[in-house]
Amino acid sequence: MARASSLQRRVTTTAAGWIVGFLIFFPILWMVITSFKTELEAFSNPPKFLFFHWTLENFGIVQQRSDYLRYAANSIILSLGSTLVGLLFAIPAAWAMAFAPGKRTKDLLLWMLSTKMMPPVGALIPIYLLFKNTGLLDTHGGLIAVEFLINLPIIVWMLFTYFKEIPGEILEAARMDGATLWREIVYVLTPMAVPGIASTVLLNVILAWNEAFWTLNLTTTHAAPLTAFIASYSSPEGLFWAKLSAASTMAIAPILILGWFSQRQLVRGLTFGAVK
Amino acid sequence: MATTRHAKALARTAVSPAVVVLFLWMIVPLVMTIYFSTLNYSLLDPESGAFIGFQNYTYFLTDPGFLTALGNTLELVGGVLLITIIGGILLALLLDQPFFGVGIVRLMVLAPFFVMPTVSALIWKNLLMHPVSGLFAWLFKSVGLKPIDWFAQAPLTAIILIVAWQWLPFAALILLTALQSLDPEQKEAAEMDGTPALSFFFYIVLPHLARAITVVILIETIFLLNVFAEILVTTGGGPGLDTTNIPFLVYAQALLQFDVGGASAGGIVAVILANIVAFFLVRMIGRNLEA
Repeated sequence: MARASSLQRRVTTTAAGWIVGFLIFFPILWMVITSFKTELEAFSNPPKFLFFHWTLENFGIVQQRSDYLRYAANSIILSLGSTLVGLLFAIPAAWAMAFAPGKRTKDLLLWMLSTKMMPPVGALIPIYLLFKNTGLLDTHGGLIAVEFLINLPIIVWMLFTYFKEIPGEILEAARMDGATLWREIVYVLTPMAVPGIASTVLLNVILAWNEAFWTLNLTTTHAAPLTAFIASYSSPEGLFWAKLSAASTMAIAPILILGWFSQRQLVRGLTFGAVK
Repeated sequence: MATTRHAKALARTAVSPAVVVLFLWMIVPLVMTIYFSTLNYSLLDPESGAFIGFQNYTYFLTDPGFLTALGNTLELVGGVLLITIIGGILLALLLDQPFFGVGIVRLMVLAPFFVMPTVSALIWKNLLMHPVSGLFAWLFKSVGLKPIDWFAQAPLTAIILIVAWQWLPFAALILLTALQSLDPEQKEAAEMDGTPALSFFFYIVLPHLARAITVVILIETIFLLNVFAEILVTTGGGPGLDTTNIPFLVYAQALLQFDVGGASAGGIVAVILANIVAFFLVRMIGRNLEA
């Protein structure tokens, strides 16, 4: 009797789980399906779910007409560039905070976090004007600088929580043996910290890839990443659903896959260690 | 002793670059924004730039657009929070059950979080919410209802739905993580005692989740106060001012009307709003850091 009811319960939760999961995922699935339709079938009413003429033409057209690959390359340059610069600044800082904490380390960490809470509109005007006057608008360098700064607090925080899990005695032993700071970081700390650094890189690339305030406001064509490219489909004359879907599918696919791999780190990175 | 002092000096050197760049990033634009906010400064008028004190603030705060935008901002934040917290708790409870394929379902639920804002906004606006060819219109018609013209009849609700869809996975994931740290013995004890599921939820589960819920509310609020791209690509703040929130109002004032002074005053108002939330969040995380 008890067995039967627990089996029934399991069947019910399985059904409920899959239905809910499917509904939440549906907009993405629908977008992927639409990307394989012709424009005519994308608009058809009643909608066609599976039985239509599947075609790959949209993907080719998106590339031909609007040079999709250039935007994709910009997204890669900006997200990787800002992450690498971020690591350069964050690794030494997180190292110091984790292994040589002072009285003010905690305040410093919280202060870094609070910079993340500055609303971007508070800085938009001066940054825009500064970029305009120095010719940094729509350049990779300018945008990497901004993206790096907005995510630096998260990088420092995540690295800090990972570094804290590394036993400090090992580093001390290296120091006793006369290792310089640089050697200590490169040969002792880094190899042990690689998993943590990798997770940090992953999350930061995702955040930078999807960042859509600064990229929309500070780029036009030359350095514009995929967020801005997709935004160009918002104009009324650009309403080609199949092509919008194809471009969108290509824009989110790599990051969706990376994201699925990083789901555990996501909790850690986005709650600053407040929920484990 | 010498080594510790040496280490302390090294630590300072290692921390300073990050601190210096963040300090500059935080202070320089803020000081410039405050400075601009006291000027009569328009990009269209090269002669402008006179000091006018608090006039931009009086202008911005008494502009009927400001109250509308403030209302929209609160409605957007509140609406999304309501949907994501309640939905997130239900989802977390569901995903905490062992069932066939729970891992795959978890990936499906998580997916919207990784979709860039411009993509989710345009996919929802066109493929789903379009009044004639959208999927919702077809669904409504097939059950005999009149399709809703989302972006004309309920534009802010439409944006709330889109943003809530993006943030639901975040809430669900955090709450699920918290839920999994619930002591399984408590669960077993409750089952042995025959505690009804509802009282178990309200007396054990919900109090256990309280902290995580607070964290979700605070972090989401920080991001939701700044929703921008979704509005830019769907409604452009309209119709009228119906979907203009504070960030969008500041953006429009600065980059569409070129009123640097007025927009800067708006930016400072946004900073003050965000700081009220940040104050509580930082205190809460700080408390946790000691534990």
